[in-house]
Amino acid sequence: MSNERMSGAEIVIKSLVDQGVDVIFGYPGGAVLPIYDALFKQNSIRHILVRHEQAAVHSAEGYARSTGKVGVVLVTSGPGATNAVTGLTDALMDSVPVVCLTGQVPTHLIGNDAFQECDTTGITRPCTKHNYLVKDGDKLARTIHEAFYVAASGRPGPVVVDIPKDVQFAEADYEPPHGRGHVSYRPQVDPDGDKVERAVALIAEAKRPIFYIGGGCINSGPRACALVTELIRRTGFPATMTLMGLGTFPASDKQSLGMLGMHGTYEANLAMHHCDVMINIGARFDDRVTGRLDAFAPNSTKIHIDIDPSSINKNVIVDLPVVGDVERVVERILARWTERNIVPDQPALDKWWHRIDQWRAVDCLKFTQSDEAAIKPQYAIKRLYELTKDRDTYISTEVGQHQMWAAQFYHFDKPFHWLTSGGLGTMGYGLPSAVGVQVAHPDSLVIDIAGEASILMNIQELSTIAQYRLPVKVFIINNEYMGMVRQWQELLHGSRYSESYSAGLPDFVKLAESFGATGLRATKPNEVDDVIAQMLAADGPVIVDMVVSKEENCFPMIPGGAAHNEILLGPNGQAEQEASEQGMVLV
Amino acid sequence: MAKPSRRLLNRAWSSFKPLFDPQQPTRGPHDLGPAPVWSKTLSELIERHTIAVLVDNEPGVLARVIGLFSGRGYNIASLTVAPVNEDETVSRINIVTSGTPQIIEQIKAQLDRLVPVRMVRDLTLEGRHIERETALIKVVGEGADRREALRIADIFRARVSDTTIGSFVFALTGSPEKLDSFIELMRALGSVEVARSGVVAIARGGAAL
Ligand SMILES: Cc1cc2nc3c(=O)[nH]c(=O)nc-3n(C[C@H](O)[C@H](O)[C@H](O)COP(=O)(O)OP(=O)(O)OC[C@H]3O[C@@H](n4cnc5c(N)ncnc54)[C@H](O)[C@@H]3O)c2cc1C
Ligand SMILES: Cc1ncc(C[n+]2csc(CCOP(=O)(O)OP(=O)(O)O)c2C)c(N)n1
Ligand SMILES: [Mg+2]
Repeated sequence: MSNERMSGAEIVIKSLVDQGVDVIFGYPGGAVLPIYDALFKQNSIRHILVRHEQAAVHSAEGYARSTGKVGVVLVTSGPGATNAVTGLTDALMDSVPVVCLTGQVPTHLIGNDAFQECDTTGITRPCTKHNYLVKDGDKLARTIHEAFYVAASGRPGPVVVDIPKDVQFAEADYEPPHGRGHVSYRPQVDPDGDKVERAVALIAEAKRPIFYIGGGCINSGPRACALVTELIRRTGFPATMTLMGLGTFPASDKQSLGMLGMHGTYEANLAMHHCDVMINIGARFDDRVTGRLDAFAPNSTKIHIDIDPSSINKNVIVDLPVVGDVERVVERILARWTERNIVPDQPALDKWWHRIDQWRAVDCLKFTQSDEAAIKPQYAIKRLYELTKDRDTYISTEVGQHQMWAAQFYHFDKPFHWLTSGGLGTMGYGLPSAVGVQVAHPDSLVIDIAGEASILMNIQELSTIAQYRLPVKVFIINNEYMGMVRQWQELLHGSRYSESYSAGLPDFVKLAESFGATGLRATKPNEVDDVIAQMLAADGPVIVDMVVSKEENCFPMIPGGAAHNEILLGPNGQAEQEASEQGMVLV
Repeated sequence: MAKPSRRLLNRAWSSFKPLFDPQQPTRGPHDLGPAPVWSKTLSELIERHTIAVLVDNEPGVLARVIGLFSGRGYNIASLTVAPVNEDETVSRINIVTSGTPQIIEQIKAQLDRLVPVRMVRDLTLEGRHIERETALIKVVGEGADRREALRIADIFRARVSDTTIGSFVFALTGSPEKLDSFIELMRALGSVEVARSGVVAIARGGAAL
């Protein structure tokens, strides 16, 4: 069969169509004009015009993480490519599959400091899973197909394909996807049988077990999440999730201890600290989770299921690494569990749950909202949860205290509904990511829980929202501070609030109106429900300015470098905390 | 407002430890084979490893490998690269690096994760292997020192590749240690300029990559 001849730009479009792409997020410029021209002439792919290339990548991330598909970005050379760098780094840190097509100056000008030239492959090499510069049109289709394969397989990540303008014009052969894999890149998805056997034995014997569930389960897909849920239920073990793993196992289930780590729950962190068998499924022992390494879960045997061998023994030396895809590994563990008819040590488990229940009784997320005082941020998010939990609600966040309160107070019972920037912690992630989610799920409720500082980092996306009439809701927890920064300054820098006050804020209600959106504001606790109801009743986009108490801190908190059992409970719990600390070390 | 205890916070900060802690790691009650020897100090744990990496011979691949080392703070003692198969589609990168066993394991996993990397082999771990390096050493000197330089070159089986009235260029191939000692001796005999190729290495025996 002879391949079809067409222009490079047409090859780009045809490759995307053959990869099943229906929407791309982009911003035009000189070096991608041929591709924009080809886009103009077709109807299969929808282009969403963002207002900043960083936002294009975050939108693609939101699209990808809420659908399980690859998110696609198209930007021009030079500033288009450099603007995309933060988004690419974000996608790399959080393992989000993204393909980013960048325009480049014509091949013969590369290296000449041509207009809007930058060394895109050089700049993005450390912030992508892989990147390509395509100098030969005959390799264009093959490279784009390979880019999708690399982005989506193994541990997912962002891939850049840099396409010089002459390659976009030149006629070349189109090659359809071949599905033959790759010569040198072959991620291990199936685990060693022996490792599975030993994992099953360890799980069966455990007396104080805990499942430590991470974003790898989300990456592995819906079936993986269902299998992990089944494993947790069949064992009857407690489970805790990382920020990236939230939603894998239902938060409202009794076996869920909530999130662990720096701002995780008391029960999750103490159960991690005192466990005898830790079963890490798709988590990477991030330092926000482990705290002080030499005091991390002492006396525990650690099983680590991960598709990326470089995640293993990186921060924490584990006893039993199982390299493979979560779905395949857990499927096998469950199969062996059934075949061997395993019954866990119930009396030991009962004792363990009894201890966990005592930790739970501390009620570490307790807060008091009095009617007269200012709105507590926790209260606002709790009410938002109560009033939206029965809908198909997607929550994205910016970065800061509001993000942590969202993780603590918005309970996710389903995977793929929680979008947040964990690894890079990118302020400005939430709004564009909500755009991507809303594009993918036009009829769902999409809410960006934002901070007043973060929202200004990509506020220009209100214009994208207006253009496409996306009914995104922006729920600003407005404490007039870069709250997370202020909290650290209060606790660790003698309350010297250096440059962390949000001065010069816009009137968010008027700002909303200027973009044709609805603006709402609540300043008193008794207005919260009403404002949320109005937000939900509005058909179009809404900005809610939730004016909350300014100096609330986010607890529990394990200060950087502390151990899990040195968790701080905050003003309400601290007295008990001091008294029981000795005891906790002893038990 | 009641603040969390200063004492706790101070302790938390002062006890911050670097990522790698050579102290006894915590191990669970289940015996899964011998624990690595962690009782040594950090410097005792540093090992030198020679790693062979087969890569697709494509633009940027060397930059990826080097960027990995600099970006993650790994050490490169020596790095050489050249195409090694008939049609020049595959290159071999020979890397000499050093680190704790945990770091060496990371280096290999990180290398293997690069898309154009076909194979990563730790020659040091896999057993006996040969390491060779070539150096060109120019020695500028006169009189007795010249004769002494020639005599030492003879002992080391270095070849004279260029001669002028006041200088020699010696070519010497051997283990990196042999090159080191030759160069050291030459430095005593005049001003010395050195060009070294970096280490190439291959496993002994009949198994081929
Ligand atoms: C202000 C702030 C505070 C934070 N506080 C906390 C906190 O209190 N608690 C917390 O948990 N996090 C917190 N984070 C997030 C934290 O920085 C990390 O991003 C997060 O802990 C990492 O989650 P993870 O371990 O699940 O790994 P991810 O980053 O989701 O990585 C996934 C892991 O799974 C593996 N994997 C991927 N796909 C598969 C597959 N198919 N099969 C098997 N394995 C796979 C990958 O190789 C990787 O090792 C905070 C972030 C911010 C910005
Ligand atoms: C791009 C970027 N710059 C700086 C930071 C550091 N940082 C983390 S949280 C934060 C403050 C966020 O303030 P706000 O959005 O108001 O959220 P709050 O903590 O008040 O809820 C800052 C500056 C960051 N995470 N990202
Ligand atoms: Mg704020």
